[in-house]
Amino acid sequence: MSNLKEELKTKIIEQLNLEDITVGDIADDDSLFGDGLGLDSIDALELIVMLDKDYGIKLSDPKEGRKIFESIETMANYIASHRTK
Amino acid sequence: MKTNFHIESYCSIKENKVILNGDLIVKIDVKTYSEFIKHAYKAIDIKYPKFFKMDNLSKLAFVAAEVLLGKEPTNENKNIAIVFSNKASSLDTDRMHQETINSPEYYYPSPAIFVYTLPNICMGEISIKHKLLTENSFFIFNHFNAYYLHAYTNSLLQNKKTEKVLCGWINYDGEDYEAFVYLVSQKGYWQHTTEEITRLYTI
Repeated sequence: MSNLKEELKTKIIEQLNLEDITVGDIADDDSLFGDGLGLDSIDALELIVMLDKDYGIKLSDPKEGRKIFESIETMANYIASHRTK
Repeated sequence: MKTNFHIESYCSIKENKVILNGDLIVKIDVKTYSEFIKHAYKAIDIKYPKFFKMDNLSKLAFVAAEVLLGKEPTNENKNIAIVFSNKASSLDTDRMHQETINSPEYYYPSPAIFVYTLPNICMGEISIKHKLLTENSFFIFNHFNAYYLHAYTNSLLQNKKTEKVLCGWINYDGEDYEAFVYLVSQKGYWQHTTEEITRLYTI
C-alpha cells in the first residue's frame, strides 16, 4: 500500500504539473482539493482519467470522486480494492 | 494615418529574449521553449502556480501580459480590452489532444489538454489573473497584421468600449514562438499608427 501511495503522489505531481512540490511535501492525509494541494475541477477530471487509464477503474458517477479524491490515503484504499490492472 | 491614441508600452518575446520598450529584460541560452518560458516566468518574478498548467500558447501570452500589466491587478488595469492574433491558432495543443485520441484501443483524452484547444483561451487566462471583464477577440492571420489590429483597436477606443487595449501577435507552433504585445491608450510615448506598430514589431 505504501508503494501505491508513493506512486500516486508521483503521478499527481507529474500529470497535474504541480511545480515546486515534491513527493515528500504531500502527506497521506492532506486534502487534495481546497486548502490542501489546491487542485481544481479540471484536475479532478484528470484524476478520473488516470483511474481508468492506469488502474482500469471507471467511475460511472463523477460524484463518487469527492470521497475517493479526498486524500492520497482515500485514493489508495479505493484503487487497492477496485483496480482491474 | 495619425490618431489621438498612443502606445504606452510594448513587449517582444522571441529567440530566448524578453524585451520591454526596447530594453532587454530577460535573456537565457537554453535549447527548448519550455526551459525558456519557465526561466522568463521566474526572472520576471511571477507568482502564479496555475501558470504551469497552461499550454504553451497561454504561457507565452501570459508572460507578455505580465510584463506590460504588472504583477497585481489594479483598478487602473481593469478596463483593458484584449485583441490578439496569430498564424498557428492553437495547433500545438490541438496536436497534443489528437495524440490522446488517435488509438481506439487507448482512447484517453486529457481534460487538461482539451481545455486549451482554442487560441482565445490565453486571453481568458490573462483576464482571470487581472480580473478583466472587457471585450476580447482573437484573429488568425498569415502574418502580423498591423493594419487590422490598428483599425480594430481604434474602433474599440473611439467607441469608448474600453479605456485601453492590450493587443498584438502571440504565435506558438512547435519550438517556433513569437510574441509582440503592446498597450494602447490615450497617452504614451509612441503614436498609435500602423507605421509605428510595424516599426516596433520589426525592431
